[in-house]
Amino acid sequence: MRRLWRWLIPLAVLPVLVLLAYGFRMSPRDIPSPLLDKPAPTFALTTLEGAPLMLAAHRGKVVVLNFWASWCYPGCYEEAPILEKNWRAYRERGVVVLGVAIQDKREAAEKFVRDFGLTFPNAQDLTGTVSVDFGVYGVPETFFLDRQGRIRVKHVSAVTDVVFRETVERLLAETGAR
Amino acid sequence: MTADVGFGMTVVALVLAVYGGVAAALGARTGRSALVESAQHAALGIFTLVTACFALLTYAFLTFDFSIRYVASNTNLGTPFYYRITGVWGALEGSIILWSWMLALYTLILIVRHREGARELYPWALATMLGILAFFLLVMTVAASPFQRQLPVPADGRGLNPLLEDTGMITHPVALYLGFTGFTVPFAFAMAALAAGRVGDTWLVLTRRWTIVAWYFLSLGLLIGGWWSYHVLGWGGYWAWDPVENAAFMPWLTGTAFLHSVMIQERRRILKLWNIVLVILTFGLTLFGTFLTRSGVIASVHAFTQGSIGALFLGFLALVMLTALGLVAWRWDALRSQGNLDSVVSRESAFLLNNVLLVAAAFTVFFGTVFPLLSEALRGVKVSVGAPFFNQVNVPLFLSLIFLMGVGPLIAWRRASLENLKRNFLWPVVLGVVAAAIAFALGVRSALAALTFATTVFVAATITVDIVRATRARLRVGERLFPAVGGLLRRHNRRYGGFVVHLGILIIALGVTGSHAWSVQTETTLRRGETAELAGYRLRFDGLSAAEESNHFKVVGAFTVTNSRALGVLRPAKKFYPQEQAPIAYVDYRLGLKEDLYLVLGDFARDGSQATIKVQVNRLVSWIWIGGVVLTLGALLAILPERRASA
Repeated sequence: MRRLWRWLIPLAVLPVLVLLAYGFRMSPRDIPSPLLDKPAPTFALTTLEGAPLMLAAHRGKVVVLNFWASWCYPGCYEEAPILEKNWRAYRERGVVVLGVAIQDKREAAEKFVRDFGLTFPNAQDLTGTVSVDFGVYGVPETFFLDRQGRIRVKHVSAVTDVVFRETVERLLAETGAR
Repeated sequence: MTADVGFGMTVVALVLAVYGGVAAALGARTGRSALVESAQHAALGIFTLVTACFALLTYAFLTFDFSIRYVASNTNLGTPFYYRITGVWGALEGSIILWSWMLALYTLILIVRHREGARELYPWALATMLGILAFFLLVMTVAASPFQRQLPVPADGRGLNPLLEDTGMITHPVALYLGFTGFTVPFAFAMAALAAGRVGDTWLVLTRRWTIVAWYFLSLGLLIGGWWSYHVLGWGGYWAWDPVENAAFMPWLTGTAFLHSVMIQERRRILKLWNIVLVILTFGLTLFGTFLTRSGVIASVHAFTQGSIGALFLGFLALVMLTALGLVAWRWDALRSQGNLDSVVSRESAFLLNNVLLVAAAFTVFFGTVFPLLSEALRGVKVSVGAPFFNQVNVPLFLSLIFLMGVGPLIAWRRASLENLKRNFLWPVVLGVVAAAIAFALGVRSALAALTFATTVFVAATITVDIVRATRARLRVGERLFPAVGGLLRRHNRRYGGFVVHLGILIIALGVTGSHAWSVQTETTLRRGETAELAGYRLRFDGLSAAEESNHFKVVGAFTVTNSRALGVLRPAKKFYPQEQAPIAYVDYRLGLKEDLYLVLGDFARDGSQATIKVQVNRLVSWIWIGGVVLTLGALLAILPERRASA
């Protein structure tokens, strides 16, 4: 009996380890956005080329709204080619990708767009109001809007190919109003 | 190129560590010294390689080599020279290199110091050190390589976390990690004792000074962390019971307990099991602390990142704890004590009580830290216990500990007689009571403050009683006063070093109590030319100015301060970094022995016509830093080689 009893000492740490393993699988930053399933705030900006960029103009399409910055490294550098590729692949199917650069210098933002050969509209949020309206905490953050202009998914950190395609396909598959 | 060389060296170091660990363990089992020698060479190789990795990464930082992902993530062209060096360990990957480097350094020192003596324990200790080193090198290779490439190479990097742009950041992590890694050595010798089946006092004697060194650096790391929090974060405090602060505090608590309990084992041959378990716990808590900081399990201002590294650390923590405690279970019979406590009123029981209190404090801190996890796991709700919980539970524990600090060193071993108690404690108790009465008469109405003050005086008096008595004994044999005191400190440096550390802790306790009991603050909005008053200070708002710094934009407020005389102009500021959403506060303050004036700039009108300012008068905070200096002196005294043999 004595002999068995002492082996309980190492076993005593097991509950703690299990708890930590559990915690490891959760993300403490995973706080759901209160904006989900609500109509997206509207905005009117000017693209880096000087064209007007209004969210309202894209009602009826699935909108992928990406907040980025040229200094946002490495997240924005990882997702930029993915956004461009998927924008090309999906634009004929009623999907639009919009980029909003926040807290960035104009030349740096332009260089970023040039370096990655981005062809979807990109605008600077000079006053920061758009990012505040959307509750952007850090970059990159991407919002997926359905055809009715509601925010359906908020993705924090770089968008991957899989995330982009699965989310967009799901939103495209929805027909009318929910 | 740099990336390839760096990564290559990491891999070679990892291979050497695995080889060395296995060779040392085989050498220990078979008694073949050639194997152990080979492991020593491996350790030297590892140290050289990790040093080279560190130098290479520093070079990449200094030359803005953005083709390396870690450099691009933690620096940009505007980062000043100085912070490009501290930036090397400003985030996860670099801090793992720093950690490995220190561990490799400690391993070398261990080889130099213990190669000759301790024949039976040394190879096992070396094997343990190299095994742990192998783990950190594995992390550096597979999970958090600082030498990962970045393509396309960005024109500019992201920049260092602005909060880390502070001089404290060169010393705080270094001291803290020296403390954390330092506890690896006592742990390695404990494992050696268990593996070799020699669980007597040898491992304790060998690691005594190692433990003090590790404890000292950990204390220093905590204190510098407090100072950083106080003068950088701008909330006016130095300790917030943040999970990561707790992560460093828990091993400090158990390490402190260990420092004290080894003295009982040395003297009375009891508590063998307890000591082994304490050192395992301390080392386990340092790993747990790293796990917390690196895995992002618990949200915290410090948490660096999330990723596969968490799983690695958890696995290693499990391996270490299960192996170590498994060895304890295996050697159970040898670890059981021969002796017993003779009396409740004795030094042994005072020390034992001290240990129980310290471990209880560590447990409550642990409980409070993992509580959010626990509640999420069991009830599905995210809740945190805040500072009130920690304060309420720990304040009585710490007060009792301070009281014991006075009792422990003077009470007799085995069984204290009434005579012994009277001789040592009569005057200190009287003085303590008088101190409380004086405090009350001076208008101190906080019971806690009065109690702390009384206890502090009591402990200081016991220390004085002891030193006076010992000096008198030396004077009686004809020594002069100063040589007598000097000789006392030198010959019994461990005892008196301990006393000085105790004094340092007392001073810190006074600072903590004072700042909690008597600090005042106010927040107000001033137009240009208007004044605000707090606790005898008058501040006039003179306007705002703006400046473009190399990597941020800064708005500075000017406030002319007077009390009975002119005190000059304080300039708190707000710094706007492009990569941060929120501006960073830049605190300005006037430190003083009695109180600090502490200004934090809040919102302001863009035209500079008005600004909101938070004014704090923080009482006695400086004594916390002074106590830290005293503690440092005491620890240095205790670390000096023992001279008792010549006495």
